[in-house]
Amino acid sequence: MSMNAGKKGLKGATILLEALEKEGVDLIFGYPGGVLLPLYDALLDSPIRHILARHEQGVVHAADGYARVTGKVGVCLATSGPGATNLVTGIANAYMDSIPLVVLTGQVVTSLLGTDSFQEADITGITIPITKHSYLVKDAREIPRIVKEAFYLAGTGRPGPVLIDLPKDILAMEIEPFPADMYLRGYQVPGKGDSAKIAEVAKALSECHKPVIYAGGGVITAGAGGVLRQLAEKASLPVVTTLMGIGCLPSGHPNLLGMVGMHGTVTANYAVDDCDLLLAVGVRFDDRVTSGLGHKFATKAKIIHIDIDPAEIGKVIRAQIPILGDARLVMEEVLDALAGFEVPQVTDWWESLHAWQNNYPMKYDKDRLTPQMIIESVGELAGEDAIIVTDVGQHQMWAAQFYPIMKSRNFATSGGLGTMGFGLPAAVGAQIARPDNLVVLFTGDGSLQMCIQELATIAQNNLPIKIVLMNNGVLGMVRQWQKMFYDQRFSGIDLHANPDFVKVAEAYGIRGMRIDSLEQVHSAISEAIKHPGAVLLDFTISPDEDVLPIVPPGKPITEMLGR
Amino acid sequence: MLHTLAALVENHPGVLTRVAGLFARRAYNIDSLSVCQTDDPELSRMTIVVHGDDQVIEQVRNQLNKLVIVHSVTDLTAESVVDRELALIRIQVSSETRSEVLQTVDIFRGRVVDMGRTNLTVELTGDVGKIDGFIKAIRPYGLLELVRTGKIAILRSET
Ligand SMILES: Cc1ncc(C[n+]2csc(CCOP(=O)(O)OP(=O)(O)O)c2C)c(N)n1
Ligand SMILES: [Mg+2]
Repeated sequence: MSMNAGKKGLKGATILLEALEKEGVDLIFGYPGGVLLPLYDALLDSPIRHILARHEQGVVHAADGYARVTGKVGVCLATSGPGATNLVTGIANAYMDSIPLVVLTGQVVTSLLGTDSFQEADITGITIPITKHSYLVKDAREIPRIVKEAFYLAGTGRPGPVLIDLPKDILAMEIEPFPADMYLRGYQVPGKGDSAKIAEVAKALSECHKPVIYAGGGVITAGAGGVLRQLAEKASLPVVTTLMGIGCLPSGHPNLLGMVGMHGTVTANYAVDDCDLLLAVGVRFDDRVTSGLGHKFATKAKIIHIDIDPAEIGKVIRAQIPILGDARLVMEEVLDALAGFEVPQVTDWWESLHAWQNNYPMKYDKDRLTPQMIIESVGELAGEDAIIVTDVGQHQMWAAQFYPIMKSRNFATSGGLGTMGFGLPAAVGAQIARPDNLVVLFTGDGSLQMCIQELATIAQNNLPIKIVLMNNGVLGMVRQWQKMFYDQRFSGIDLHANPDFVKVAEAYGIRGMRIDSLEQVHSAISEAIKHPGAVLLDFTISPDEDVLPIVPPGKPITEMLGR
Repeated sequence: MLHTLAALVENHPGVLTRVAGLFARRAYNIDSLSVCQTDDPELSRMTIVVHGDDQVIEQVRNQLNKLVIVHSVTDLTAESVVDRELALIRIQVSSETRSEVLQTVDIFRGRVVDMGRTNLTVELTGDVGKIDGFIKAIRPYGLLELVRTGKIAILRSET
C-alpha cells in the first residue's frame, strides 16, 4: 500500500487527522498499539504533535489537565482492549468535572467485532455512563462528520468527554474525502436566560438582607468570573465557592468567603446556612457541599439556581427561581436588570460575616513544618500566574484551603471523582498547554505512586514542573477519618515501604530535594522555582496533621469540627 | 404515579442500551417500554411507562433529553391520549371449558388466532386495564403463555 493518497483517495487515518486539524487540534496525548498502526503511521505526515505518556491513564489525565487550564477540548488516543480500558478512570474523572475531551480509541477490525477477538473490548458500551456521547465508526466516510460532532458536543453546553472508537480497517480504508455535515437534531445548547426570571432575580437581589453567591465549576467553564465579580461588587454579595469554583474570584478579594462544604471555611458554611437568598451558579449541590442533606441546606433562603444543564436544576434541591442558561450570559443579564433597582449594600450582613471571619480564621501551628505552611510559602514565591495542580487526599484539601489562586483556570483538581493519580499527568498536560506558566503539583505519597511513571513523560519533554510532595508516609485522608470517626483503629493506610522519592526522581533524570525542617522551606522552594527543569520536593510531614475544619459525615454544614 | 412518556430517538443500534442503561443507573422504575421505527426511518418512537412522583419524572425527562440520541420527550400522562396494548395469550382448554373460555374471549372482544386440541391462542388489544382484566378472568382455566407489548400511546386528534 502506498503511504500517501493514491488514486482511491485518502486513508481513514489521514482523514481523521485532517478532521482533527480542522478543529484546531495541534496536540494529542497518546499510547500506541496494534490496531493504531495505520494512525501512528499517518501521524508521521501530520503537523499534529503527539505526546507519549507512560500509561493510558496518564494519556487521558494529561488531556484533561490540558483542557482544564486552557478551556479547549483535550484530545487523547489509546489502542483497543487494555489501552481503552486503561482510559476508563480518566474518562469518568473528566465526565464528573465536565471537562471537554475527545477520546479516540482503536478497535479491532469490523469483521471481528463482537467475537472476543484479540484485544477487543466494548469500550463504547463500557463508557456509556461516563461519556457525554460516543461513536463506533463503521465507515471511514463518517469520520469527518463524527469528528466535527464530537468536538461540538464535547465543548459546548455542559462540556464532557466524547469517545470515538475506530476499528483498524476503518483507519486503513481508502476513500474519497467526504464533506462533514453535523447531524445533531437531539442536542440543544442553552444560551440566555428567561427574561421574566432574570427580572425576578433582580427583584430578589434588591429585596434581600442576607445574600450569598454559591459559585462552582460552571462559572469557570462559562468564563463568567469577570461578570461574577462585577455582580458581587455591585450588590455587595459575599461569594462562597466549591472546590471546582476556586479561581472564579481572586484569592483575597474582599467579597470572597472561601470554600463551602466539608472542608470549607466556617464563615462560608455559616453564611450559606444563614442566608436569605442563595444565588447558585454552575453548581450541582454536591454532597461534599451539602453533606448529602439537601433538606437542611440553606433552609432560610430563597434559592436561585443558574445552570446550563437542565438535569441539574431540581436534581438535589428545588430552586424557587430556576434559570436554564449559560452562566456568563445569565449573570450579564442579571447585572443589566439590576440597573433598574436600588441594590442594598447589606451592611448588617457584612458585619456578621466579618465577625465570623475574625472569630473563625483558618489557622495552623506556625512553629513547625506543616503542610499548610509549605503551601502558603509556595503561594508567596510562585507568583500570580502559577498553575496549581493537585492530587487527591489531605494535601489536596490543604491546597484548596491555603493556596492563593488568583485566576480562573489556574487550579486543576479532581473534584467529582476524587481520583488519586490525577495530579502528575494532569500537570504534564497543564505544562504542555501553557509552557510559559510555572506549574506546581501538590501531591501525596499515595497519589504520586498511582501514576509515578509519568515522571518519564516529564523528563522526555523537559517539562519544568515543580512537584511538591507532602510525604506523610500514610494515606493521610483515610487515616484522618479512621482517627476521627473509627476510634483511631488504623487500617490499610501504612505506606512505610515508600521508596526514596528523591532517588526515584533522580533515576528519571529529575532533580530531587528532601526538606524536613521549617528553616529549609523558603530557600528550597525558591531554588526549585529558579531551577530550569523539573524538581521533586520531598517534604517530610507528620502523619498526624488534620484537614480542618471538617463537617463530620451526615452532619449539617454548620456542625464543623476544628472551628 | 405511573407516567407515560413518548420519546423520539435515533434509530441506531445501541440506542436502546443507552436509554435502558440510564434507567438502571439512576434507579428509575420502568413499567414497560416499547419501541419501533417511525415513518421517518432515521427515528424510532419509544413509549415508556415509568413510576415516580413529579420530581422524579422531571428528572427522568431531563436525563433522557440529555442523551444526544434522544430528540424529544413528551409526558403524555396529563394529555388526552389513546393508548393501547397488544397481548397474545395461550390458554389451556378442555372439552368442558372450551365454550366458557370462548365466551370470555368474546366478552373482551379478543380474537382466537390459533387453536390446538388442548389449548388456544387469543389476541387481545385494549388499554392496560382491559388486558389485566382478561388475564384475571382466564387464569383459572390455565394460562400457558403470555406475551404483552407494553403500552403504546398517541395524542388524541383535536376536535
Ligand atoms: C484511585 C483512588 N483510590 C482510593 C481513593 C481513596 N482515597 C482518598 S484520599 C486517599 C489517601 C491519599 O493519600 P496520599 O496521596 O498520600 O495523600 P494524603 O491524604 O496523605 O495527603 C485515599 C486512599 C481515591 N480517592 N482514589
Ligand atoms: Mg500521604
